Amino acid sequence: MKTKIEAKSLVLSGVLALLIVLARATTGFAQIDSNIHAPTQSMESHIGDKIGHAYGDGQGRPDAGVQLYRRYCVGCHGAAGDGEGENALWIDPKPRDFTLATFKCRSTPTGTLPTDEDLFNNITRGFVTTNMPSWSALTLQDRANLIAMVKAFSTRWQTEKPGMPIMIPPETPANIDSILRGRELFSKIQCWKCHGPEGHGDGPSALTLTDTKGNPIRPYDFSTGTRFKCGATNQDLYRIFMTGLDGTPMPSFSDNIKPEEAWDLVHFLRTLQLTLKTPELATFQTWLKSHPNTLKPIGQEAPPGA
Amino acid sequence: MQAKYVLLPVLFALTVAVASVGPAPAGTIEGKVTYTGTPPKMKPIDMAKEPTCAKEHNPPPLAENVVTGPGNALQYVVVYISAGEQSSQVPSEPVRYDQKGCMYIPHILPMHTNQLLQIYTDDPFTHNIHPMPKRNPEWNKSQPPGAPPIETKWANPEFIEVKCNIHPWMHGYFAVLNASHYAVTDNEGNFSLKGLPPGKYTVTAWQEQYGTQSQDVTVGPTGATGVNFVFKVTPYLY
Repeated sequence: MKTKIEAKSLVLSGVLALLIVLARATTGFAQIDSNIHAPTQSMESHIGDKIGHAYGDGQGRPDAGVQLYRRYCVGCHGAAGDGEGENALWIDPKPRDFTLATFKCRSTPTGTLPTDEDLFNNITRGFVTTNMPSWSALTLQDRANLIAMVKAFSTRWQTEKPGMPIMIPPETPANIDSILRGRELFSKIQCWKCHGPEGHGDGPSALTLTDTKGNPIRPYDFSTGTRFKCGATNQDLYRIFMTGLDGTPMPSFSDNIKPEEAWDLVHFLRTLQLTLKTPELATFQTWLKSHPNTLKPIGQEAPPGA
Repeated sequence: MQAKYVLLPVLFALTVAVASVGPAPAGTIEGKVTYTGTPPKMKPIDMAKEPTCAKEHNPPPLAENVVTGPGNALQYVVVYISAGEQSSQVPSEPVRYDQKGCMYIPHILPMHTNQLLQIYTDDPFTHNIHPMPKRNPEWNKSQPPGAPPIETKWANPEFIEVKCNIHPWMHGYFAVLNASHYAVTDNEGNFSLKGLPPGKYTVTAWQEQYGTQSQDVTVGPTGATGVNFVFKVTPYLY
């Protein structure tokens, strides 16, 4: 040091820097509210032979679901389970608000609560193309405890019972007749208004869609080939339009589509997924080669009375 | 016994009997809802997404968030008794909501909690009915042309916004009330709540942009008690 004054100012600025760092560290850039608060502390879940607990499982784990939630979920879903976690601001789609007990992927009719198994399947599968990962790495018991915690955030689970899961009849054969009937249905029911005539998510009403919280949302683009958020099988696809995706613009068509017709629609929808190798797509493309220019484009017929 | 000693008491008894089975005393609360300030200018609705509907309306209808009438009247204000009713019964008749020409008719439909609601579609293309409640379960159903009416009930009182996702300009409300006496103001801002037993009541007015106002009112055994509401409006939509 050249002079005593320089040395002193160096020490002083060092102390000041240290104080600032300590102050930031203790007050925090983010005041994480880790004080999880849920209205129904006695909530339980039943998954197979496991019973999940939100608070206190009577087996020496006083806050089973709460501890897991604080570790894995609070960052997005928030301390009150309302989807207002610290990360929520930066991600799209937004995390689920458990206080409303409105869930997208269910086996139960629109407007009703999902079953425990629905919730379990959701966290096990995760939601592809979103920030919600698959939690299959957690044990069955841990996932059951987390489901109990999810339910604890809404008082609806105290007063309402879950809906009755819809009856899915055995799948009909995926032959070309079924696919063509499904195509008629897609046109008649006007799915293309949102999903577009070729299922690219570019229908006339696609750009103005908002979810129930008012956030913009896009309809599914079948040509992307990603699996549906609610599952990869034909049964999952059946459920999507026969129960509707609550909280989103996707309604339930269970009042307007008969079960056999629903399988026709499932088979047709698979042909819209051009990058996914399905038997339905193969059947359809073989038929198209031998019947060029037979089909009328979807969505161009005028509605009756126009 | 002399006739008058029999006749007079009999006549007296008859008079008392007739008087005591007369109609129960009931008053009316009526009034007008008006605004001060400058209301927003409602824009005409662009129905290009559904050409059939666009053709049906010439000129196109205006958005219905704030509808005003002559003399600074506010239409579509729900006026209801929020306190003072002894009890309210669920009416047995259903209420009807229509989707016609890509508009909801009426724009605001009042109903009692647990009253049967029937939603009809009169249009030749698919709508989806998507009420967005916060205190009742949310659901979303498709209604293609020719579909039967959707029947439903709401258990909790709430002002529920209703929309169609396919036709984004369609916008209305279900006013689910736990009250027997309610009305929606007409184009002159008038409302009338009839058949109220005498007593003290709180009357509340709700407008979808400008919120709620309440007033306490005493109703006499007959005749009408006047109550007016004035909302302060701004030229902006929330």
